[in-house]
Amino acid sequence: MKRIFSILNAVIAMGCGLIVLIGTFFNLQGMRETRLLFFQWAVILAGVAVLVGIWNLFSVHLQKIRTRQPGSLYSLILLFFMLLSLLFSSVTEFSAFKTVFLNGIILPAEISLLALLAVTLLYALIRMLRTRTDLPTLIFLTTALAALLLPVLAQFPAVNDLIRPALTNLLAAGGARGILIGVALGTLTTGLRILLGADRPYGGK
Amino acid sequence: MNSDLAGMIGIGTVIVAGVLLTIFSLLHRRSPLTFRNIPAYVRVRRAASLVVEAGTRLHISLGSANLLSSTSASALAGLAVLRRLAENTSLSDYPPISTTGSATLNLLAQDTLRSAHDALTAEQTFNIHNGRLTGLTPLSYAGGVMTAIRDENISTSLLIGNFGPEVALLTEAADRQDAPIIAASDSLPAQAVLFATTQEPLLGEEAFAAGAYTQAGASHAASLLVQDILRWIVILALLGGATLKVAGLL
Repeated sequence: MKRIFSILNAVIAMGCGLIVLIGTFFNLQGMRETRLLFFQWAVILAGVAVLVGIWNLFSVHLQKIRTRQPGSLYSLILLFFMLLSLLFSSVTEFSAFKTVFLNGIILPAEISLLALLAVTLLYALIRMLRTRTDLPTLIFLTTALAALLLPVLAQFPAVNDLIRPALTNLLAAGGARGILIGVALGTLTTGLRILLGADRPYGGK
Repeated sequence: MNSDLAGMIGIGTVIVAGVLLTIFSLLHRRSPLTFRNIPAYVRVRRAASLVVEAGTRLHISLGSANLLSSTSASALAGLAVLRRLAENTSLSDYPPISTTGSATLNLLAQDTLRSAHDALTAEQTFNIHNGRLTGLTPLSYAGGVMTAIRDENISTSLLIGNFGPEVALLTEAADRQDAPIIAASDSLPAQAVLFATTQEPLLGEEAFAAGAYTQAGASHAASLLVQDILRWIVILALLGGATLKVAGLL
């Protein structure tokens, strides 16, 4: 039975993938509608997956509290605010608190994490100077410094007309394009492995 | 270029790549291909062989790409590695855990862990909590992964997927726990951050080579060869286009 499901999963994944792929390249009548229908189903399934995911988040932290694992106090706080958010979102009388939650807790917390990120990156840069002193590191640091200084130095015509375009249009854009071509080719072969059934991340092999 | 011609070229590329992938997969089974050494993947293999003895855990994080978006391919490459590493380490007291920032990806990660577990043992029950969704926004995801790195007895973390600059928070958290981290992303800002924050950064398409370097299957090794062939075709096309442009023919 398990094997039948595995084969059925592969057939559905490969079939849907092929239809979406052909629909992407060719504007065929009927194919476009089928592709859109598949997308709609996928979006609905993704919505259900979010519910399952939230349950997963809840149950992981509940288990942490029950088994008194390290950091279970934070799990308790998370569950408390999770339930409170659910209450404020589902009961219309409490809808005013939803804005307070969003603007008063979630946004400042995420902004503070962004601030922490800036400090972390600065610290990483200093640590990199201490531990790695090879040519790629030197090029990286010079590029980072140039990116920082270019907006300031752009007031000089020579920098603005010659150096800035050479750095941004030639070196930066060229390098980024090269990396992105590599990523695109990797994406293509990853997709192909799934289309051919060689990779089955949906419970097969 | 009209849309039909573009479509023909697109589908032609996919078919050629598919045929090459099949042929090279078959050839790889007869005589395995050898690849250049990538130190980061040597460390991944070493870490996988050491966790069972050390009584620690592997942690694989797949980023926060939605499966319906175009950025999910690197996470799919990460799932192949997750399967391979889970097969190697699932029998230990501390089976590997996966963390994701996308609900759809989390379902696949749980399914992959379950498949690896079932392939090895039927006696032990599978703990579904080994596949975790840690947050639905990039920063909340990073916050959740940071606590997992701190609390779960993790000896090595492997990050393969779509990340933003917030990946620096994860590398910092791993560094504080003295747990090595190997990270690869398809996003350019994350690659820049990883270059600065990790010892052996994986750049560009190296994220997609993870399966081949962890012996995830013949198709993964064949993929690298197909990528190399397609890369040369792209290079020749770019050079040809530039030459035609200079000559005034394009």
